[in-house]
Amino acid sequence: MVIRKQSAPISRRTFIAGTAGTTLVMSLGSVLPGCSREDAASDLAAGASKQFSPAVWFVVDGTGSVLVNIAKAEMGQHVGTALARIVADELGADWSKVSIKHVDSDPKWGYMVTGGSWSVFTSFAMLSQAGAAGRTVLIEEGARMLGVDVAQCTAHGGNVIAGDEQVSFADIVAKSDITRTFSDEELAAMPVKPAADRHLIGKETSALDVPAKSRGEAVYGLDSELPDMVYAHPLIPPTRYGSTIMSIDDTAAKDIPGYMQTLALSDPSETLQGWAVVIAENFPAAMRAVDAVEVDWAPGPTAAVTEEHILAEGAKLVADPSSGVKVVDDGDVAAARADATSTHTATYRTSTVLHFTLEPQNALVEYVDGVFHIHSGNQWQSLILPVLAKALEVEESNIVIHQYYLGGGFGRRLFGDQMIPAALAARELGRPVKLIFQREDDSRFDCVRSPSVAKFDASFDGDGAVTGIEHAAAAGWPTLAMAPGFLADGVDGNGKFDTFSISGADHWYTLPNHRVRAINNDLAQRTFLPGWLRAVGPGWIGWGVESFMDEVAALSGEDPVEFRLARLDAAGKNAGTAPNSVGGAARLAAALKDVAERSGWGRELPAGEGMGVAVSHGQERNMPTWTACVAHVAVDAETKAVTVRKIWQTIDCGTVVHPDGAMAQAEGATLWGVSLALHEGTTIENGEVRDQNLNTYTPLRMADVPEVDIRFMESTEFPTGLGEPPLIAVPPAIGNAVYAATGTRVRDLPIRL
Amino acid sequence: MIEFELNGQAVTSESPADTPLLWVIRDELKLKGTKFGCGIAMCGACTVHLDGNALRSCIIPLSAVENRSVTTIEGLDTDAGKALQSAWVEEQVPQCGYCQSGQIMQAADLLKDKPNPSDADIDAAMNGNLCRCMAYTRIRKAIKSAANGGEV
Repeated sequence: MVIRKQSAPISRRTFIAGTAGTTLVMSLGSVLPGCSREDAASDLAAGASKQFSPAVWFVVDGTGSVLVNIAKAEMGQHVGTALARIVADELGADWSKVSIKHVDSDPKWGYMVTGGSWSVFTSFAMLSQAGAAGRTVLIEEGARMLGVDVAQCTAHGGNVIAGDEQVSFADIVAKSDITRTFSDEELAAMPVKPAADRHLIGKETSALDVPAKSRGEAVYGLDSELPDMVYAHPLIPPTRYGSTIMSIDDTAAKDIPGYMQTLALSDPSETLQGWAVVIAENFPAAMRAVDAVEVDWAPGPTAAVTEEHILAEGAKLVADPSSGVKVVDDGDVAAARADATSTHTATYRTSTVLHFTLEPQNALVEYVDGVFHIHSGNQWQSLILPVLAKALEVEESNIVIHQYYLGGGFGRRLFGDQMIPAALAARELGRPVKLIFQREDDSRFDCVRSPSVAKFDASFDGDGAVTGIEHAAAAGWPTLAMAPGFLADGVDGNGKFDTFSISGADHWYTLPNHRVRAINNDLAQRTFLPGWLRAVGPGWIGWGVESFMDEVAALSGEDPVEFRLARLDAAGKNAGTAPNSVGGAARLAAALKDVAERSGWGRELPAGEGMGVAVSHGQERNMPTWTACVAHVAVDAETKAVTVRKIWQTIDCGTVVHPDGAMAQAEGATLWGVSLALHEGTTIENGEVRDQNLNTYTPLRMADVPEVDIRFMESTEFPTGLGEPPLIAVPPAIGNAVYAATGTRVRDLPIRL
Repeated sequence: MIEFELNGQAVTSESPADTPLLWVIRDELKLKGTKFGCGIAMCGACTVHLDGNALRSCIIPLSAVENRSVTTIEGLDTDAGKALQSAWVEEQVPQCGYCQSGQIMQAADLLKDKPNPSDADIDAAMNGNLCRCMAYTRIRKAIKSAANGGEV
């Protein structure tokens, strides 16, 4: 894949260390986190027009306490713990005196997004340098106080130490007058510790958010309240787009105690089309009233669309060689096909998937003194702020999003569209409004993972060796719908594509001829809002890529592991580049060898059981997280029910900052993979998702959890993303295991034999 | 007006008798540790104890708890409950954490009846509690740890 590169409009980056009373304030600001890196996140953010303003990343006070401000959303990944460990390690802080704060939206934090498994990857260098700068200042002042040379001093455990003497950070801050400004160049040259000198990164610790979450004390968006607030309940139109309210009759609702009124909403941003909200004094009254209010809608043009229509459109698109945008075009697939002795074609499909965050969407909005204060857990403040500004017809500076714990993100809270109806109602009513979605409405208004169709065409020579693969994938594109400025240019100059709907097709196997086409399914695009779901593009692209790789291995008469290893040769473009992908495909091969060995790949199994393998490079080619997975399944001969006996994963994400947190993410992502392979999935019916609650939408439960055995490769390479990548290889590994067990190739997700 | 006991305190509610207990606890009596998830008793995020037994507060009408005793995560002070909360921290169970009040309340109910639950007991008791982050492996481990006095 060609990742679009822009010359980032980043001019100033300044580090200021100074005293404010007895507080040493370390300010490090930039337009966006990680701007010095040529990575997908900075590429994504380069289009943003945020202005630089000094930002406060951490504060050391006169007691030696360190407060680290976290601009990333906490949604289960313990991100604050990981980011604070990076700062504290470089600073030489006493971890027991470190605390964190999840901050509200403010331009001073730069571009605010938590997604793509980018948080540690994009923050690591910046926070390391900030910590190192802080350490440098504290050592200089500490050396002066101790009357020793700076070269004799180290910082550790919240002290500056020179031989037998030491002075605490608390004393330095309380008793000194520190002022120092660092230029861009100085900051980049900050002496970041070698890995061997780290005391916190890579060492075991407890996550800072866990105790409150074990006592019921963690505060989520749904828990927020304001004096004098009223409750709002959505009345969602029958289609996402183009519905019009013809009439509202709330006669029956007027008898319900607590019911106040029903408001039809006009949204200049056109995010909401044909929306109304019921307003009540309490939420139970709102729920009762919603059942009593009669709304007559003229539905939009997609009211009769079904999943089959969308998949049929996808099948038509992938079959048309002129459709889409070329993302990879190595060698000459057409010539390989013309010269082929044999060919093989297969089509893979995935069905609609819901985010189903356990905390339903909600927002509390207060409009006061011309400013909208929005209380709601959110992953991408910088995406929704301009939409809110358009909807409310105010400047972004008149909107503040107050952050809370997220009761699940998984990509749903990348788009804060639920804030809009609450804000419109709060302005209309002149009172704080708390909008809560019931589950069925949350599902109906979800930005679902689009159903997809992928077609693979392989060519083989006379020896049965694969000579080329063409891969075309069609789906609804979330980035086109919500962030079109971040679409990338195809390699053929034939238009733009959504990297988040094709990533993973640009794999690290060496193939002599390889072409990938990304195709937008326009019917999907018009019917629902396609969303980014955990593992995003690779979460469904990987299903086809790694299942088809298994098909090709079988047709070549090769063992699936050996077939993959032979093509993970780290040659040419797959050699990798420093620092993100040092070692290239060789690291994926190493992970694959490890997981094959640990799982006992190739051993005899009883009839009806099988093992399957798959690999992944994570979210993006330029942030590779190398994962290799083996699944062991049993398929019931009569019922065809698939039981996962065990999953092995080997993961190389470079440096692991918070080992237990990383393991927790890997465990959860692995089970998400099992859930998406076997338990989840819905369909579009009448323009909406069919399954709207847990009576028919059935994610993995305790009784179906397989044994999971995960290993992280030891590494001190640059840290890459982790929250999503361990999901990707699981569904194809299960599908390939089903093939090994039964001889039946499954090509639709979820797997139904 | 309906009277009941909440975490050992006598409380009253003026809400209609058919109001789901969940909203009385959360919005009227201001204990936010009990969560709203699915509204149809199938996720378990709203689990509380009624006279010591786990139930889903999102579908239980207020009238059903009149003159009875309700316990929420904030009032869970049994030995098993405390052991579970310690084990939840020790095993680093929560991810997003939203389901965990309900998981702990359900697990406390399990340990009340079966102080040393088998895997099958855990499956049976906990299968109704969805963890969307899928921290199931650690939930199982923490229940066993709590049952065994901190030993897994």
